[in-house]
Amino acid sequence: MSQVEPTALGNRELRKDLAAIRRRGLAIALWVLAAIDLLVFARTTPPGSKTVFDLNAPPAFPVPAIHLPVLATLLVLGIVCALLGVAQYLWKGNPRTYLLLGIGLALSGIAFLAWAGRGARVDVEGLLMTSLIEAVPLTLGALSGLLCERSGVINIAIEGQFLIAAFVGAVVGSASGSLWLGLLCGAVAGGLVGLILAVFTITYRADQIIVGVVIDAFALGLTTFFLVSLLVPNQMTLNSPAVFGPIPIPLLDKIPVVGPLLFNQNIMVYLTIIILAIVQVTLFQTRWGLRVRAVGEHPRAAETVGIDVLRVRYRNVILGGIVAGIGGASFTIGSTGQFAHNMTAGLGYIALAAMIFGRWRPLGALGAALLFGFFDALQFTLSALNAPIPSNFLSMFPYLATVLAVAGLVGRVVPPAADGQPYARE
Amino acid sequence: MSDEPVRPGGDSGAGGSVVAAIGRFFLSGNTIIVTFLAFVSALFLGAIIIILATPSVMAAWGRFGQAPGAAFAQSWHAIATAYSALFIGSIGSPRGIVGAIASGDGHRIATAFYPLSETLVSTTPLMMSGLGIALAFRAGLFDIGGQGQLILGALGATLAGFLLPGLPIYLHLPLAILVGAIFGAAWGFIPGILKARTGAHEVITSMMLNYVALNLLTYLLTTALFQAPPRYQPVSKAVADTARLPHLAGPSLRVNLGILLAIACMVGVAWLLQRSTLGFKFRMLGANREAARVAGVNINRQYILAMTLAGAIVGLAGTFMVLGVDHQVASGYGGTIGFDGITVAILGQGNPYGVGLSALLFGAFAAGGRTMQLDANIPLQLVQVLQAVLVLFVAAPGVIRTIFRIRVRGAGRVFGGWSG
Repeated sequence: MSQVEPTALGNRELRKDLAAIRRRGLAIALWVLAAIDLLVFARTTPPGSKTVFDLNAPPAFPVPAIHLPVLATLLVLGIVCALLGVAQYLWKGNPRTYLLLGIGLALSGIAFLAWAGRGARVDVEGLLMTSLIEAVPLTLGALSGLLCERSGVINIAIEGQFLIAAFVGAVVGSASGSLWLGLLCGAVAGGLVGLILAVFTITYRADQIIVGVVIDAFALGLTTFFLVSLLVPNQMTLNSPAVFGPIPIPLLDKIPVVGPLLFNQNIMVYLTIIILAIVQVTLFQTRWGLRVRAVGEHPRAAETVGIDVLRVRYRNVILGGIVAGIGGASFTIGSTGQFAHNMTAGLGYIALAAMIFGRWRPLGALGAALLFGFFDALQFTLSALNAPIPSNFLSMFPYLATVLAVAGLVGRVVPPAADGQPYARE
Repeated sequence: MSDEPVRPGGDSGAGGSVVAAIGRFFLSGNTIIVTFLAFVSALFLGAIIIILATPSVMAAWGRFGQAPGAAFAQSWHAIATAYSALFIGSIGSPRGIVGAIASGDGHRIATAFYPLSETLVSTTPLMMSGLGIALAFRAGLFDIGGQGQLILGALGATLAGFLLPGLPIYLHLPLAILVGAIFGAAWGFIPGILKARTGAHEVITSMMLNYVALNLLTYLLTTALFQAPPRYQPVSKAVADTARLPHLAGPSLRVNLGILLAIACMVGVAWLLQRSTLGFKFRMLGANREAARVAGVNINRQYILAMTLAGAIVGLAGTFMVLGVDHQVASGYGGTIGFDGITVAILGQGNPYGVGLSALLFGAFAAGGRTMQLDANIPLQLVQVLQAVLVLFVAAPGVIRTIFRIRVRGAGRVFGGWSG
């Protein structure tokens, strides 16, 4: 197999057409959102109903809860959405593909909440808080995938790294009584899984997707095996770690709404933000990042200018494993404490989806993770409101959104050119 | 173009004596020998895991200084107990089978053959999902959406099974199977057409569709159409008797027509791949996409066909499970079988008969694992670990060649990245 596959001959025309299709598709998406607003939501709203958006502001800085008349809100938001669709249709050289759709989605989200919560209180703060907490492992997993794929190695083993790190974090945190040791060991465990992936795919050049899938199966089997054989009989000593508590950042945590949301969280949230910033800066601003991207785009050229391709890949895959390991540890010692059977439940794959949805960029991955986390959190809010929408359809959203994203309907999704190609020195 | 799947180092030199040929066979790192050594390595790793998970054995190792013999003896005992339970649970005790047949007592014979029946019951869906995924493999496509296709197949078969009571069995059963296949095919068609039309990578789209299917199933099990009255639990209505696959060896053994249909599918897929024009195009695509394009193969059309066909076959895995064994679907139906199909397909190296044998091995593992859990108190998931290690080594034959110092020749099969 050649190093970099030549661009498929027939695909070049396709790509040109795609830009036009995308512009129209995005406009249609916005119109559909507007139509749902006006035709479905507004028509099923009895006149005069109101929704209360509760921000749970602290008594020191009271922010009044917002009372919105549902019908008027729906009409305004629906019309704005329709106009956005027109703008999208006419705006040919739109440099920010996602921008208008993003605004439209946010507006529709508000409209939806107003409709679903009519006559009740919507706990906005709780919704945002849950979204953020759900987004932590997703962001870290996506960053793990990104570190690997930017150097040309596909990491489908994120799910497995999550599971093993969650397990190790719980056991070490429980047995040693030190959460920090648990976190450290979880990260190391994730890194070791990364090392396995690296050995099989970089040194032995096995297919990266196959090895990733098999590592996931291995991790699920191994953690469940030891859960049943060791942890269940010794629940108290091996599987009841403490949980990282919130660390308020002085002064900042007193800001209404934003304060408790961003500045009174546990170490996992802060760590995620720090890692995200580091990856974002190093990948795009440093020599290291340039080398990584060169290896991921054209390893032969990188080798020619003296970059050790295999070493870069090894380092990135292990680093990615460590980052996923931190994300995995957040499942146990970061939130619930105990390790449970298959507790990551496919979130490793959603993290992969978030990376793709975020177009192989750290900030994009964060945005996607927050969006996916929001939809996950929305289920809790809606079940509290007894909304007439089955939660299963909300759970489908991240997956359907990713399918649409890779199908090129919501933006250009281009992986690093040498992603998935093993490299052999000449 | 060779009839064989792309095999790492499976070539044989010309001429030479028989001894030399056998020598070459071992030294060249032939697929069979690599698979065998991978199997041995997996069992060895499994043994270490058994030791780690048995507190009494670990305690014996703690006293290694005083009584080294006891540590080895206890380890051996734990490993032997586990693996013999695995064997007896999947094949049965040979002495028991002979004794039962000699006695001529129907009940005793059924009991003696129970493990084999369970192995075949577990083999059926594994073989089908493995065959579907292997078919896609051969066309150069990685269908990771087996779970979703299996769920859709099961849903279709269930729907046809309970919606049409009163049909005669010779109409109802084939109809239910057909509907299951069509539902699975529809779920495979989506990644296929997305790849053909937009270039979206089938690994991502089919994987995402797994979770869509899981949520769809959970939702449907709350609807009046699917949910079994009195609608307290997330289980579907049961399929009518006329849509159930008949048992092959009496009502006390669960083995049913499904295994025979699966074997027929195996032969069918082998014929399709090796003898038909369509299969030839699939293999061209899998071997060299650009060459196939230059030779005039409509690549996008083959993508859609291969994924749809793969989806139909994997859908039949769910169909046979519902119609043959469970007769209804529940939340999370199918478990990891759609996923295990990937490992079955890899272990079988994409060859239909290899897939059949791999499915038989994994089916034996599944049946034996249940006995091992009951009799030797070793959790069932050990089997999943063994399977994963086995396939990992088979997917990277270079690792096995290094461990056992076999001469290296070529690397494993590679599908390429997202852009492929």
